[in-house]
Amino acid sequence: MESRTAIREFIVDNFMMGREASDLTDGGSLLDLGIIDSTGVLELVGFLEETFSITIEDSELVPENLDSIDNLVAYVARKTE
Amino acid sequence: MCGITGYLELSEKKRPDYNLIGRMVQSIRHRGPDEFGAFFDGHCAFGHARLSIIDLSSGQQPMTNNDRSLWICYNGEIYNYLELRKDLEKLGHRFKTQSDTEVIIHSFEQWGNDCLARFNGQFAFAIYNRDDKTLMIARDRLGIRPLFFTQIHDRFYFASEIKALFCDPTIPRKIDLKGLDEIFTWWTTAPPRTAFENISELEAGCYVTIQNGSIRKHRYWSIDFPETFDTKRSAESFAEELHERLVNSVRLRLRADVPVGAYLSGGLDSSATTSLIKYHTDTKVESFSVGFEDSAFDETSYQQQMADYLGTSHHAVKITYNDIADNFPEVIHHTERPILRTAPTPLFILSRLVRKHNLKVVLTGEGSDEIFGGYDIFKETLIRRFWARQPESKMRPLLLQRLYPTLPISGARAQAYLERFYKSGFEEIDTYYFSHIPRIKTTTEVKNYFNRDTQNNINGHDAISVFGYDLPKHFNTWHHLLKAQYVESRSLLSGYLLSSQGDRVASAHSVEGRFPFLDHELVEFASSIPPLYKIHGLNEKYILKKAMRKELPESITNRVKQPYMAPDANSFTQPDSPPYVSEALSEQSIKEAGIFNPEYVNKLYSKCLRMGDRRLSFKDNMSFIGILSTQLLSKQFITSLQSVPTPERSEFKVWVDISD
Repeated sequence: MESRTAIREFIVDNFMMGREASDLTDGGSLLDLGIIDSTGVLELVGFLEETFSITIEDSELVPENLDSIDNLVAYVARKTE
Repeated sequence: MCGITGYLELSEKKRPDYNLIGRMVQSIRHRGPDEFGAFFDGHCAFGHARLSIIDLSSGQQPMTNNDRSLWICYNGEIYNYLELRKDLEKLGHRFKTQSDTEVIIHSFEQWGNDCLARFNGQFAFAIYNRDDKTLMIARDRLGIRPLFFTQIHDRFYFASEIKALFCDPTIPRKIDLKGLDEIFTWWTTAPPRTAFENISELEAGCYVTIQNGSIRKHRYWSIDFPETFDTKRSAESFAEELHERLVNSVRLRLRADVPVGAYLSGGLDSSATTSLIKYHTDTKVESFSVGFEDSAFDETSYQQQMADYLGTSHHAVKITYNDIADNFPEVIHHTERPILRTAPTPLFILSRLVRKHNLKVVLTGEGSDEIFGGYDIFKETLIRRFWARQPESKMRPLLLQRLYPTLPISGARAQAYLERFYKSGFEEIDTYYFSHIPRIKTTTEVKNYFNRDTQNNINGHDAISVFGYDLPKHFNTWHHLLKAQYVESRSLLSGYLLSSQGDRVASAHSVEGRFPFLDHELVEFASSIPPLYKIHGLNEKYILKKAMRKELPESITNRVKQPYMAPDANSFTQPDSPPYVSEALSEQSIKEAGIFNPEYVNKLYSKCLRMGDRRLSFKDNMSFIGILSTQLLSKQFITSLQSVPTPERSEFKVWVDISD
């Protein structure tokens, strides 16, 4: 599956249980939209590590890497290069 | 602890409804299983379920005065009743019993409604005056004892618990969606609103008079803070006075000299109350605490350490996930409102243990966090304020790391996320609820699961403003810690901590909680302590630690505060979780209750199951518990209300019928 689809599906299934999937645009900030908080981010990290066989350092836990679908896709692409 | 209930006819005299009063008392008999009492006169009817603590032989209720014009039913304790009795005797009053109940009647006779200002205690009562057919119902200053009322078909009803009101089948039962909106914002409704339409809660510090068909609310007390503080006075001097007042407060609460239990959480507050009993009274004390099989929540080692240190006879209960799930429906039967965390459940189990050891009274440390600035929400407020003065600062938000050192997610790892979370709301810095924005943000997530009808119904209801309509005159001039303390006391203290997590789960097993930190004179003194002495730097409850340092080990006073929490969603998603959970969250049940969107709820439930024992986020946990408790509430009180049997007349030790 394309990483974008997989990431979107995970976010919709795990963080948007009470919302419409259409609320989430590819560039929208997961923090600003209230989709992911500081406890939820660890769930996301677990998913990324397992799905894409990568290891995420603490220093990489920043919004620039993780705060939108676009950022996530780019980040995963860099890590799996 | 007792249960009270009754009604007043608002138009003409009618034949008393004996069976109704019987059922109403029966429905709250857990509050007072020792004996029942009833009074009827055609206009008014009272029912009383008594838990006898003082004056077992003569304190029966309903009680009357010497000329039999005033009748009272009462739940609670007036701690200064001996002093008031002396004053009243000097004024010519003659007493027949040793009870504090009789002191209330004479005080009312002497001072009218102003008697309330003279009482130091925790109480809810109703006084009926036969001469002018008026009723007065009153509640203590901080809302320790509960009281609800409603009016329908020319009758005014009141009761300690809502379930007694629902014993009258003509009283409509419907969930108040605006009430849910408020609970999913503040963890509580703003009184008079409750979780049920047309059922009102009497607000703490208030009384209601019912005269000639008109119902009027009056306030006699409110938490308040001065505009300026005695900053020349040293922390040492405040701490000394605080210690003296705490000793007095504990002594006053134990003057009946009955054996008492004390809750030991392992934290500062309950360690303080227990050590004050031990060192400053002759009362025999047994300590009780809750431990958890899930080590993330367990504080057993601190509790045991404190019990050893004080040499108390100690009892502990170890709570499993299934203990929480198995007891949760009964807890909701008692809280009578949705809750966002399971935390009341272990305390419900603990009060059962207290009762098993034949104790009727427990002292706990509740209220200390509110009056001395113990909660993280207060430190959060200080940090967010400090940061908001320089929003671009890179250094200031680093203080956030100091907030939650005990949580797995805190620390440098999550700095960016903490910052984003706590930075929101900076533009609302001048609102009365600024301190509470982070909590409100997390809690509000539950509302995403509302169905369209519910959303339409609450559309336009401004839940966030509900505690802001009658702020004290000088509120805006207060230090921000004081604003936060005020909002916390008005909302969570009375509406959750002292009710869902306090009175209701203790009364469920006929146990009465007493709260030395909530002596109103102590609360007023605490209000006069400069904010700097409450949170010193980021050292919370600094003044209390100072006051108690001679009596408590440093390992307790210096310990990093751990908030009391119990496993939430995890308790309900075990392979052997009870079947009611999936039933309550099924599409059919969700549709039947008509509050939430079944598809969304199913997604949340599936996620919780999928996650297994892995930790869920605060918002998922809160949403899950909020939805499950609402579903149970709706089933128990709306769709499948159990009928209450009418008790035998022989169960009533007092039966006064002067209705002819």
